[in-house]
Amino acid sequence: MGDAPVADAPFGLLAELTHRCPLRCGYCSNPVDLVGRGDELDTAAWRSVFDQARALGVLQIHLSGGEPLARKDLPELVEHAAGLGCYVNLVTSGLGLTRERLAGLRGVDHVQLSVQDANEAGANRIAGVKAFEPKLRAAEAIRDAGLPLTVNVVLHRLNLDHVGEIVALAERMGADRLELANTQYYGWALRNRAALLPTKEQLARAGEVVAAAQATSAMEIVYVIADYHEAHPKPCMHGWGARQLTVAPDGAVLPCPAAGVIDGLGVENVRDRSLADIWHTSPAFTAFRGFDWMRDPCRSCARRELDFGGCRCQAFQLTGDAAATDPVCTLSPHRGVVDLILAGAAAEVEPAPVEHRTVVR
Amino acid sequence: MTGLDAVPRLRRGVKTAYDETRASHVVLFPEGVLVLNDTAAAVVGLCDGRTSVEGIARRLAEEFDGVEADDVAELVARLVARRVVDVDG
Repeated sequence: MGDAPVADAPFGLLAELTHRCPLRCGYCSNPVDLVGRGDELDTAAWRSVFDQARALGVLQIHLSGGEPLARKDLPELVEHAAGLGCYVNLVTSGLGLTRERLAGLRGVDHVQLSVQDANEAGANRIAGVKAFEPKLRAAEAIRDAGLPLTVNVVLHRLNLDHVGEIVALAERMGADRLELANTQYYGWALRNRAALLPTKEQLARAGEVVAAAQATSAMEIVYVIADYHEAHPKPCMHGWGARQLTVAPDGAVLPCPAAGVIDGLGVENVRDRSLADIWHTSPAFTAFRGFDWMRDPCRSCARRELDFGGCRCQAFQLTGDAAATDPVCTLSPHRGVVDLILAGAAAEVEPAPVEHRTVVR
Repeated sequence: MTGLDAVPRLRRGVKTAYDETRASHVVLFPEGVLVLNDTAAAVVGLCDGRTSVEGIARRLAEEFDGVEADDVAELVARLVARRVVDVDG
């Protein structure tokens, strides 16, 4: 106690309830070191996390994973989050999301359903399991329950050429929103980068298809750019420790789902300290909050208010220094690292095979 | 620009709430939160699918000074752009 709050209140909590998942996608956003069931927070601990998050100012709780349906206590957690007045967003693979299961989840405001590709063979290949048909049934159940639906699709070399068909599939599924997010290279996706990185030509073609769909579709279509191919970095998390926090299955509290990769970040756990103390004062959250940590070229750059120096995890992964300018930026002295990776992908004739995420129990 | 006879309503999946942490009314939607000032909160509260923009302005004028229907229309247009409200008419 005693430390005055130093940061604005967060709006969102990404609650990674579990890393267990029936899918084995090669771009999974979970870390490569997955948390097993035995190390997951129990029901009472998650309820306390939600209570603390709401008291801290969180208004949106994203129940995610892994597959949140793998948690038997999901109905209770949904009800608890909704009871606090939070907007409850269920982020799911759709596997196991039957009408009965959905009816038991009282308090869900919105569902995000992942789709891997427009056709069954491609989708199942990326997911590593037969997931396509169950997802169609899940979408039907979501719509019949009257819940708003966002279809989430991670784009990469193997499905970018089908983006038009993916838009049509999302429309058939009755989505209100479609998120088309180019793969961001962390964790599993970084490991599979050679297989997933698209060519410039693929991105240009897909970009045109998406722009045309955005102009005509009744769905809201959000397009997340492929940052390696851009001249400036993404405004990652809208700034470090600014708007959202992640709680991992084992209670680790992170500024973003990938932040665990940064060596020596000083990640703390809700089992040891309150969420408010961690948000406001823990080294992991204060390290890159605001602008004081920046060096040039970011420090004196007008774009720092737009992109916050890009992504700290990406800077660490590609340069070994988390305080460096995101090497995606053409102003970064390390941009050559990214260009070399792109040149390697362009030269590949036969794409590398995708290594599927490991199964965790 | 939203017309004065347009009838706005909150979109499906959009919730309103009062946030004690920020002492503000807020709009919650799939991927975002809007923190509202008092006038905007009053407008959002009247996006009920029955009241026109002009009707909202009339109701607000009972409560606030200097309410212009055009200002309400502009605010509604911004809420439409953020996909928080839909308009009929």
